[in-house]
Amino acid sequence: MTTEVGSETEVKEKAEETATQPDQPEKATEDNQEVANTENATAEGGEEEEVVVEEEEDKKEKDGKGISRFLPPWLKKQKSQGQVVANETSPTNKVISEATEEEEAPAPAPETNGHIEEVEEKEEVQSEEVKQKEAESTSNASADTQPATEEKVTESTAQSPGEAKSATEDVKEEEQQQKKNEVEGKSTEPAATGDGKGTADEGLSSIFQSPLRLVRRNKMKLVVCHVALLDGTDFPCEVEKRAKGQFLFFKVYEHLNLMERDYFGLTYKDSHEQRCWLDPTKDIKRQIRSNNWQFSFNVKFYPPDPSLLTEDITRYLLCLQLREDVASGRLPCSFVTHALLGSYTLQAEHGDYEPDQPQPLDYITQQSFAPNQNKEMEEKILELHKSHRGMNPAQADTQFLENAKKLSMYGVDLHRAKDSEGVDIMLGVCANGLLVYKDKLRINRFAWPKILKISYKRNNYYIKIRPGESEQFESTVGFKLPNHRSAKRLWKVCVENHSFFRLNSPEVPPKARFLTLGSKFRYSGRTQTQTRLASSLIDRPAPNFERTSSKRISRSLDGAPVINITEAGSENGHEPHLELHSDSKASVPTEVSAADNNSFPDTKEPGKTAQVEIEETHVIQEVSKETKPATVTVTVSPSPDAPEGVALQPEVREQEVVVVVEEASDTATRARQESVSSESESDEEAEYQPNLPSPISHTLIPEEKEEEVEEVEREEQGEQEKGVEPDPITKETAPHPIEASQSAQDVEERENGAEEEKGETDDSTEDPMMTPDEVPNGHALPEEEAPGMAAMAEEEEAKVNGESPMADSEPRPQVICCSEPPVVKTEMVTISDTFAAQKTHITTKEVPIVHTETKTITYEAAQLDNNGEGDPGVLMTAQTITSESLCTTTTTHITKTLKGGLSETRIEKRIVITGDSDIDHDQALAQAIKEAKEQHPDMSVTRVVVHKETELAEEDE
Amino acid sequence: MAGFGKFTHAVVRGIPTSLAKEALRTDQLDVVDLEKAQKEHEVYVDVLREKLGLQVIQLPADESLPDCVFVEDAAVVCGDTALITRPGAQSRRNETVAMKSALKEMDLNIVEMTDDNATLDGGDVLFTGLEFFVGLSKRTNQKGADILADAFKDYVVSTVPVLEGLHLKSFCSMGGPGLIIIGSSELAQKTLKIMQQMSDHRYDKLTVPDDIAANCIYMNLPDKGHVLLHCTPEEFPESSKAFEMLKDYILIPVSNMEKGKVDGALTCCSVLINKKAHV
Repeated sequence: MTTEVGSETEVKEKAEETATQPDQPEKATEDNQEVANTENATAEGGEEEEVVVEEEEDKKEKDGKGISRFLPPWLKKQKSQGQVVANETSPTNKVISEATEEEEAPAPAPETNGHIEEVEEKEEVQSEEVKQKEAESTSNASADTQPATEEKVTESTAQSPGEAKSATEDVKEEEQQQKKNEVEGKSTEPAATGDGKGTADEGLSSIFQSPLRLVRRNKMKLVVCHVALLDGTDFPCEVEKRAKGQFLFFKVYEHLNLMERDYFGLTYKDSHEQRCWLDPTKDIKRQIRSNNWQFSFNVKFYPPDPSLLTEDITRYLLCLQLREDVASGRLPCSFVTHALLGSYTLQAEHGDYEPDQPQPLDYITQQSFAPNQNKEMEEKILELHKSHRGMNPAQADTQFLENAKKLSMYGVDLHRAKDSEGVDIMLGVCANGLLVYKDKLRINRFAWPKILKISYKRNNYYIKIRPGESEQFESTVGFKLPNHRSAKRLWKVCVENHSFFRLNSPEVPPKARFLTLGSKFRYSGRTQTQTRLASSLIDRPAPNFERTSSKRISRSLDGAPVINITEAGSENGHEPHLELHSDSKASVPTEVSAADNNSFPDTKEPGKTAQVEIEETHVIQEVSKETKPATVTVTVSPSPDAPEGVALQPEVREQEVVVVVEEASDTATRARQESVSSESESDEEAEYQPNLPSPISHTLIPEEKEEEVEEVEREEQGEQEKGVEPDPITKETAPHPIEASQSAQDVEERENGAEEEKGETDDSTEDPMMTPDEVPNGHALPEEEAPGMAAMAEEEEAKVNGESPMADSEPRPQVICCSEPPVVKTEMVTISDTFAAQKTHITTKEVPIVHTETKTITYEAAQLDNNGEGDPGVLMTAQTITSESLCTTTTTHITKTLKGGLSETRIEKRIVITGDSDIDHDQALAQAIKEAKEQHPDMSVTRVVVHKETELAEEDE
Repeated sequence: MAGFGKFTHAVVRGIPTSLAKEALRTDQLDVVDLEKAQKEHEVYVDVLREKLGLQVIQLPADESLPDCVFVEDAAVVCGDTALITRPGAQSRRNETVAMKSALKEMDLNIVEMTDDNATLDGGDVLFTGLEFFVGLSKRTNQKGADILADAFKDYVVSTVPVLEGLHLKSFCSMGGPGLIIIGSSELAQKTLKIMQQMSDHRYDKLTVPDDIAANCIYMNLPDKGHVLLHCTPEEFPESSKAFEMLKDYILIPVSNMEKGKVDGALTCCSVLINKKAHV
């Protein structure tokens, strides 16, 4: 496992370099993706950045440079080095030149050095300003793991040490030395061998290799994953570093000889020690973001009726999971049930009770059955064990499951939260819907059919409820999660559980967007219906497997701390130590007042008032509630000429770092497009609309669980009578692509029918089939259009870029990924119809007033000539695009002005950086500049505003 | 669920003379005829013992506890666990003493509600065989419900508000596996809706015109099958007719005229136990 973990980091670093320097066409392809992902990583990391980029270009020059980094490399080749030079020599642009220096440095290295990675590393160090380095480390998700990285990448080839000496820094040398030692020490490890070979090669030939090839080579590197299996054993598994989760899944399934796979998943601990489900569709490395390739194999979807599982081995694994759940207290049960379950466990693992056994209690005491196991229980277990005589292991497992499935918390995934009044509750996601617990009591329940939409925004989690018989309006219920990560995790779990248990086939994820607002996440596996069907087709002799208990003992408590609804609750049922406000500076009074301001109805407290029935809630389509003090980001761009954060003072809380970067370049490009791009996938919010009524019969969701079961049974019957009634089977087992396309059609049809989407779709003029990919990137904007036309043009342009952040016009209305950022208020200079339409949806409500302490530091470059003073030019269009990601809100303000016959596009980018915890401002600033620079290589920084607001501790309440 | 309604034992308690004058009541309309009430109760106990063949443990009445006949409120028994409650009414707290020792003698696992902030009346606890509903009423609070949930960990315990009336079971009860008998008042219907929404299970309902008539005792006894003790036609002519819809049931009308005056319903007067319910 230790061998190659590190090099990935460096690959990333290199990627970043490349990103910041698109002028180096050779590096392009892979790296660009890399960049995107790296940035994603950053966004999720909990830091916050704000970058404002201003760019001016001569529009007549359509070099396309701005968008170049999104173009394939062959299109990039004509890019001129000249621009970089220009920037460098630009007297007013200190930041940029520094940055450029940094970028330039590594580039030549590969050509002259045998060991590119290292050289790069060193060059970087040499040329970097300290500040830049800081930025680097923040931006790099795995920065903290770098030491390890370096140690591991190095091979003991003759070249590396040599190079190390050539490097000027002593520190480096030392590290190098360390590395060498380490590598030697590790050479016996399995992965090291394969690796060593590869790198030796590399060492010899890389002089002639392009970095691109190197990257490829790195991709082949293997890493050893360790998967903790349910029987307590560790399954080491080699995977490519760049492998998708899927790969590991298959390895594990294969190892377990498991066919009914869809109920299971792999978890890992994220950087916050939270258990997360590994997404099979994504790169493992990107998800775990650490060098800790440790996973554990767990049941993800607890089948409501385990007797419907096809194979004993599946039931066995489910039993193992449940035994752990029970023993750890995660699945609470009474004394009698503990004893009963324990007795079935004994029967399954030890067979019949043997009276002759000298110390029957011995093996019982070694085994963990309950969190508070005692002698009395063990005796009871033994007593019951005697009564199971003659039962074979499979039968005992079945009995175990029959009893376990009835338990109140069976299959309920608990998440800590607060209701709108700040009362601690637990949200439980299960097969039937969302449950709300207070202490040990269920205080509310929202069945999937009742839920119209699931969304989260920062640390708020919302469900939109179908109106009851007597009501006209939908209602939205909001909960507060400890932080945005937990909100997202809950949202994901909901999406997955809904899809798995409620849908016949998974939804097609929304199309990849160039500018993502909100998570695209969808459940990618098979649904329960599909998996039942598939498993009914399993045709193999029952696999042999060994039931073992001894191994499990050591495990029972480690990965699974006790979770109890009351005691601690947990995310994913694994993390009992959540501090609700551990990472936010929340001041409770503020929260309360915020809640009051928004008159959030109390819907979750059936015990308290007559309002218990959810149907009585008000409609809250747009909840502009301010909940997490650290992340309120209301950004107003008053006008293109006054982009300072100062204007935002009343609304913006916490710390804000604004960097205004402005570019004035003769060879200006249409950077406008580029600037629209916020690469980071938004983690802050996402929506999921589970239950839009579908006119298509085949997607009709059985309303009743019983029906569903019947249906499956019917299918199974059909299966048995193969040939007699092949219809249901063939229909249902249609390969996924077909289903996908069907549902895509659905979606389109739904769009037409879905009334509630009115506000969210701005359909109309756009060809629904037009996808970002199909539209040529270089598509020229009709620049000379009259202002009246501009709106249209802009919309179009946004699409040319692949994304109009607000344009939810994709033919997939039920899956809305970017919408209603509730706290973003934008002012538009020119009215664009589409945006106006959007705005009806966005309209921000009362922005809570927060008492703040403000500190603003402004840096302005001298060269602000065309900004505001003098001839303001004729404004042609203006457009404001806002996107949000995990911890950044990016507001891009684009204006086009006609000045003396020269049209000029000016882009201001303001990114409000917010976060859970204290931010290192310098770092954030550096990072922000760096990011802006990455996105706009030819921009210049004209203004840096550091605007810090801190909530006053004492509030009037 | 299969074992739902199976009972072997019943704990009852005599009527103290203080009942007529001192028992807590929601209205003061009718004067309780003590003699009639005692007669009524005798019939009730007789039905349990003679007609249904349960072993009846009769606790002696305690004059200092005017409401002591309503034993249901003092304990909740499910399986072999008995939760000794902390009744919401101060004057009734000592009723649990005798109950506790009786249940202890039956070798049940006794769980006591020691928390001084918790209150719970058994009349607010509806056990459906699959889960518990606990009415949050004047007599029962969240904390009490929470302790109940802790005592019966295997089951989901959902809370429902009881805004009017005395107890949750003042307008509903179980009429069989998966069958809830519910009064027709708005309050009752609304509460039923909440229960349905809160539950993962589906329940049939039998609506009866009178809320209090919805309080019945269901049992599933060997050689007898479904048994339902319900109100008499004299008390609630309309409601008693409604039970005729239950086919294959042994319907036993039991008068509750006098005890009803002090808010006693049928279920209130006994704690039913299934001694063999070990597993």
